[in-house]
Amino acid sequence: MSTKSKSIKSKTDFNQDERLKKISNLKILLNRPELGALGGAILVFIFFGIVAGDTGMFSAYGILNFLDVSANLGIIAIAAAMLMIGGEFDLSIGSMIGFAGICIAIPAIYWGWPLWMSIVFAFSMAVLVGYFNGILVVKTGLPSFIVTLAMLFILRGATLALTRLITGRTQVPGLRVLIENDPIAWIFATDSFKWVFTWLGSMNLIALRTDGTPLATGIPPSVIWFIALAILTTWILMKTRYGNWIFASGGDKNGANNVGVPVGRVKISLFIGTAVAATIFATIQVLDAGSADTMRGTLKELEAIAAAVVGGCLLTGGYGSAIGAAFGAIIFGTVSMGIFYTDVDTDWFKVFLGAMMLIAVIFNNYIRRKVTESK
Amino acid sequence: MSNYLVQFNNISKFFGKVIALKNVTMKLRKGEIMCLLGDNGAGKSTLIKTLAGVHRPDEGEIIFEGEKIIFDSPKDALDIGIATVYQDLALVPLMSVTRNFFMGREPLKGPPFLKTFDIEKANKIAAERMGQIGIDVRDPSQAVGTMSGGERQCLAISRAIYFGAKVLVLDEPTSALGVHQASVVLKYIVKAASQGLAVILITHNVHHAYPVGNSFTVLNRGRSLGTYEKKDISREKLLSMMAGGEELDKLEVELKEMNRISS
Repeated sequence: MSTKSKSIKSKTDFNQDERLKKISNLKILLNRPELGALGGAILVFIFFGIVAGDTGMFSAYGILNFLDVSANLGIIAIAAAMLMIGGEFDLSIGSMIGFAGICIAIPAIYWGWPLWMSIVFAFSMAVLVGYFNGILVVKTGLPSFIVTLAMLFILRGATLALTRLITGRTQVPGLRVLIENDPIAWIFATDSFKWVFTWLGSMNLIALRTDGTPLATGIPPSVIWFIALAILTTWILMKTRYGNWIFASGGDKNGANNVGVPVGRVKISLFIGTAVAATIFATIQVLDAGSADTMRGTLKELEAIAAAVVGGCLLTGGYGSAIGAAFGAIIFGTVSMGIFYTDVDTDWFKVFLGAMMLIAVIFNNYIRRKVTESK
Repeated sequence: MSNYLVQFNNISKFFGKVIALKNVTMKLRKGEIMCLLGDNGAGKSTLIKTLAGVHRPDEGEIIFEGEKIIFDSPKDALDIGIATVYQDLALVPLMSVTRNFFMGREPLKGPPFLKTFDIEKANKIAAERMGQIGIDVRDPSQAVGTMSGGERQCLAISRAIYFGAKVLVLDEPTSALGVHQASVVLKYIVKAASQGLAVILITHNVHHAYPVGNSFTVLNRGRSLGTYEKKDISREKLLSMMAGGEELDKLEVELKEMNRISS
């Protein structure tokens, strides 16, 4: 009797385990691309919590400060991650930031356009630049690394040359007065949830200025954009047909084409995405600073790609996550600000950035081998 | 009207001066497996691409369900139900079984303009379809990269059938597989045919083709050496036709000569 039941039990066990051991939930989690970045972000917070916990880094003002920096980088990192999952690079993001900045400033200051029209103009230019990048890569079949590297120089050069030609200098100030009463500018220039901070201030829960208003006035627009973009892109990747096409285009261009995925269109749309994200970045910064600088955004494309890689994107495409890139940006933003609160010289930030990226690439490579391992 | 599902009559294809195919004729009934045999350079790839709608034949006609048709693109061929599974399988190893199964043809749900990829439904169908061919996909969200070569081949075939293939064109489905895996795939091909599909199996491996095929067409240098019913031809005869029998005979003689001299 007992032996019989035992043999049945072992048989069912055999059926379940014949091909694969049962995968624990932990292991499924370990296979998610953003896991490394999430773990890294938690480690960074723990580290600064210990080292700089009592310095004001984690006051309302301090938190908003490093979130603002993270969010700015995050906006372009998310777009760069989407493009990388689609199998391409965009090295012209940084130059596009500078270009978009003067596309807003010059018409608004020198040609007398209303600010909203200049902003619409900048976004139209972004769509054009992105489309041009995309169509070049798709039609010529050249590596996007080369095509967008050329665009990096062309855009930066044009930005500098045109600005000097029109204005005689390399900076265009005087935008701040135009923000008020503009129908569009507030989307990029208004702090949100001010009442929360006013209330917190009135309860003496956060630091106040001498005039009684809170030091931290509200959530900066960059943070709102960052969160909205992270949610939107994650939804696209996980839940929509277009998201599946992005993975497919980056994973195997020919295969995807053969089963009817419009690979060319997908890639072009992603290039437009990075250029538009660069313009969102530029608009927020230009309106915040009140001026456009031709050198704005220099090297930002590499930081965006680094954040995307730390977030789990493979350089070969077809794998990665938008939320991972968001965590990657938070890591970089937090460290770049947090380092001011420690005794460490800020010169070391770039060392950290490089080391972090190296670790991430090694880790990602290992994960990819795991994922594609044949039985 | 004939009882053939699809007929390729006197298909020729030229690339400039090169005659890639000349007067190739093949006819298939429902439920039949026709094996297309040929050595490297025999014109198999050109013929597949002509069947798949990539190339347009320069001469000859394609008759599908009694009607003459002309393909302008691979999509045309796919639309009427001629599905080609290429050697690269069009699978992305890093993507899940489900996402691969529905790649480019994802089921949608939700209101217009906010339609989302119905993953639950897709997972269910993918697991069900794979289950039918005896591949137990424990988790349809696992990456295709974790599957064996045979399983991937079956996934690609199963996908083509699910999306309405009536004629299945398989390009060397067993060439990269071991003996066991190949037999799993061949078994599945026979099963698909028994459900009423017409299968064109392209291979250079007679040992894989002979057990499953109903008829055999041998290609050599772009020309058909004829189509034979299984009862009319032996495995050995096929093999020697494919390799260009004379050449092998000549080789045998030469080898004997060499042995005689050296001994």
